[in-house]
Amino acid sequence: MAEKTIHLKRTSLYASGASPVNMIQAIFYNEDMLIYDLEDSVPASEKDAARFLVYNMVKNHRPKDKYVCIRVNGIYSEYLEEDLQAAVRANPDCIRIPKVEYAREVQDISRRIAAIEEKIGLEVGKIELICNIESYMGVINAMEIAHSDPRVVAMAVSAEDLTASLKAQRTKKGLEVFYARNAVLMACRSAGIDALDIVFSDINDKEGLEEDTALAKNLGFDGKTCIHPRQIDTVNSFFTPSMKEIKYALRVLQAVEEGKKQHKGAVTLDGGMIDKPMELRALTTLAQAKAAGIRTEGMVI
Amino acid sequence: MEIKKPAVAGTLESSDCQIVIRPNGGEGIEIELESDVAVMFGDSIRETIQNTLEEFGVKDAYVEIRDKGALDCVIKARMECVICRGAEEKYDWTKEDAR
Amino acid sequence: MEQSRETYINAVGREIPKQIGNYVVKPYTGAYTTVPSDAPVHTLRTAGKHISGDCKMVENLKDAIVKTGLKDGMTISFHHSFREGDEIIGQVLTAIRELGIKGLRFAPSAVVNIKNPSIVDFVKDGTIDRIEASGIRGELGDAVLDGLMEKPVILRTHGSRPRAIEAGELQIDVAFIGASAADEYGNATGQIGPNACGSLGYSFVDAMNAGKVVVITDYLVDYPCCPASISQQYVDYVVKVDRIGDPDKIGKGAARMTKNPRDLLIAERAADVMAASRMFKENFSFQTGAGAISIACTNYLSDRMEQRGVKASFALGGMTAAIVDMYKKGLVRVLECSQSFDAVAARAIAEEPGIVEIDNAVYSNPFTKGSMLDKLNFGVLGALEVDTDFNVNILTGSSGEMMGGLGGGPDVAAGSDISIVCLPVVRGRTPSITKKVFTCCTPGETVAAVVTEAGIALNPKHKYYAELKEDLENANLKLVSIEYLQQLAESLTGVPKPIETTDRVVCIVEYRDGTVIDVIKEIKK
Repeated sequence: MAEKTIHLKRTSLYASGASPVNMIQAIFYNEDMLIYDLEDSVPASEKDAARFLVYNMVKNHRPKDKYVCIRVNGIYSEYLEEDLQAAVRANPDCIRIPKVEYAREVQDISRRIAAIEEKIGLEVGKIELICNIESYMGVINAMEIAHSDPRVVAMAVSAEDLTASLKAQRTKKGLEVFYARNAVLMACRSAGIDALDIVFSDINDKEGLEEDTALAKNLGFDGKTCIHPRQIDTVNSFFTPSMKEIKYALRVLQAVEEGKKQHKGAVTLDGGMIDKPMELRALTTLAQAKAAGIRTEGMVI
Repeated sequence: MEIKKPAVAGTLESSDCQIVIRPNGGEGIEIELESDVAVMFGDSIRETIQNTLEEFGVKDAYVEIRDKGALDCVIKARMECVICRGAEEKYDWTKEDAR
Repeated sequence: MEQSRETYINAVGREIPKQIGNYVVKPYTGAYTTVPSDAPVHTLRTAGKHISGDCKMVENLKDAIVKTGLKDGMTISFHHSFREGDEIIGQVLTAIRELGIKGLRFAPSAVVNIKNPSIVDFVKDGTIDRIEASGIRGELGDAVLDGLMEKPVILRTHGSRPRAIEAGELQIDVAFIGASAADEYGNATGQIGPNACGSLGYSFVDAMNAGKVVVITDYLVDYPCCPASISQQYVDYVVKVDRIGDPDKIGKGAARMTKNPRDLLIAERAADVMAASRMFKENFSFQTGAGAISIACTNYLSDRMEQRGVKASFALGGMTAAIVDMYKKGLVRVLECSQSFDAVAARAIAEEPGIVEIDNAVYSNPFTKGSMLDKLNFGVLGALEVDTDFNVNILTGSSGEMMGGLGGGPDVAAGSDISIVCLPVVRGRTPSITKKVFTCCTPGETVAAVVTEAGIALNPKHKYYAELKEDLENANLKLVSIEYLQQLAESLTGVPKPIETTDRVVCIVEYRDGTVIDVIKEIKK
């Protein structure tokens, strides 16, 4: 399997493109993914200013140890074209698209990004995409969106706008978005991409955050978006793999290594085939362990 | 670009700067700087402002900047924005490709 | 004022003139190198009884000042327990000026921060011609940097002031002690009264060693005042005034914990450092102080103590409501208070047997039969600037302006086992971690760890480096080098232009032992 850098996505934090101090401070927290935002956190009168700020910040002070993302404005907004011109040139790891509802929207943006990548001499296809699912249509079309383009590496559920589109009441327990979370998760699994869970909005409720994150982890999510830096360490801690999961991951990778040495085409473990997604999951587990400070070298499996 | 009207960009929040630009009636470039870090970075800030004006081909402008400890790239970003607003033009991002 | 051309390079690499006016410089040679003198202590206190009868009350300040015999050229002192709410200093200086007394040495116990009336005016009109404090700020600071004073200001740490007084370097002719409550015979305290300020610990050394002592209060109680922080046997006169200060500022409410996520991150990291250390065990001791990061740190430390079932033997220094909370939860056995930072802490002394007022000298004097700092495990400190040698600047800001005060920082760093300096890598565009601090106040050898939002740097030259490194690595804490932090700060801000000064020394920065660790020079215009 080709060497692919594992980018953990346990925690995502947005930094508003309208606020220099937020963008600078966000470099220092422990979030895996830092999203420079041009969309909801930036008022209409400041869209142009935010573009210049985000471009300059990403070009000059991009954190080396994080997955760097830029959230552009909506697909049908008047800002998107210029957002893409600036965002692609900033060369982030990924562009996050809000309110995705159809595969064709993703494909359109992917083509537009490719045109700019080519123009400036970047490797075409290198910039990844994460789709934010924020409406019932996005949930219904989650499958086609997840499979829409090779750039798509994850989908994130966004509860606020989603609840509004459902005409539901947003509650802490989140039952009103439970189906949506799972639907998106399943689509992600089908496409072999990461699934990112909703924000827990009450910053002062640590217990509530822990419960919600435990649920997210149980359901199978790969990470959760944070609304405030205080939530980051708590959420990260829930995506720390158990010893059992780490040992299993080590066994998977050991089997893959053995297979390579013996030039085997297919590799098995415990009577089952090891495919690429499994290998990727194992690498991710070890990366999560490493990020949590667990040393795995020399572990007895 | 030519500054056609007064424009403002940025805020007085910590780590930001607020820049006001307006046409200078043919007097050329004038910069008025008020900064928390004037002693340490005053020269550097003026240089960044001059360079950005040059990059955009602005020859006539009165620039008033109130700086609250903004990093150099923030000052540049605010300048780029205020110049475009003052010139009533959208920025051509392909210009970045030449760098 | 003459300044010698010959200079010393002291042990932190600072160049100091050998003599500045009448001041003969003893250059700093190391944090623990000076051998304390064992000569008898100096005092101007006399044994005689000055008052006949049983009342020391004087009608007003002017009369009291006249009775003390204050003359031109003498030294006067004040404490700083009323913080920004103090109105005693202004009233006394005004009375002195009205009496036409001039050329006084002004020696308060800490930072001079009063705005109205301004000390600058008293200097300009000749009432004051020398200042010895722990820091000066604002209008006075700017004026001093501009060359206002003929003779350089001398700055000392909290611990060094009683040392200097007992060594005869600073002899106080008249001490003016503001009290929240006092009786007619001079017993006085800050623990009770409508404007209770808490511990008066910084005035004890003045009460015991000044030539004359005047207690000033706005709340006279029936004899005998109980508690009596200052005993009647040290007091010559008592004056009642309408107001000792601004009640809102003296009795200010508990500071709310900062909401700034960056400061919370730093505070939590500092608590993690303490909790990871092998010294974090039953009966450990700590000092966290006041300030946004400190209070948050206190709360995080408290959480960890509860989680691990560890109790502290004592907390030391300035007290806040947050620390009083810990005491009430049974997490700390004794609070040893040299000062109280809010109304909760102020009133707690009188209310709780385990919360006690201590003499500042007992807290921090390095040359004595033992200060409590000798027994302190952890000290959390703030800073304006730290350099790659771990030297700390708590006096001057990014444009060279005076904005801090020595306080007890250098004392805590030298006395505690593990001193932890907390600060962000940049503040706006001002780098906090630099190659060389503008003013060296706390020598690097006494600093064990620097905690920032970008990581923790341990000082390889600190006595506990090896064990601290091992303990923190075992706890998976993010360790980085101080050089990394400095480069990170510089990569964000750019390289600053150095501040230009003339050769003229305006401020002498003394270390705990009376040696000169640095000087502050006039800023070039």
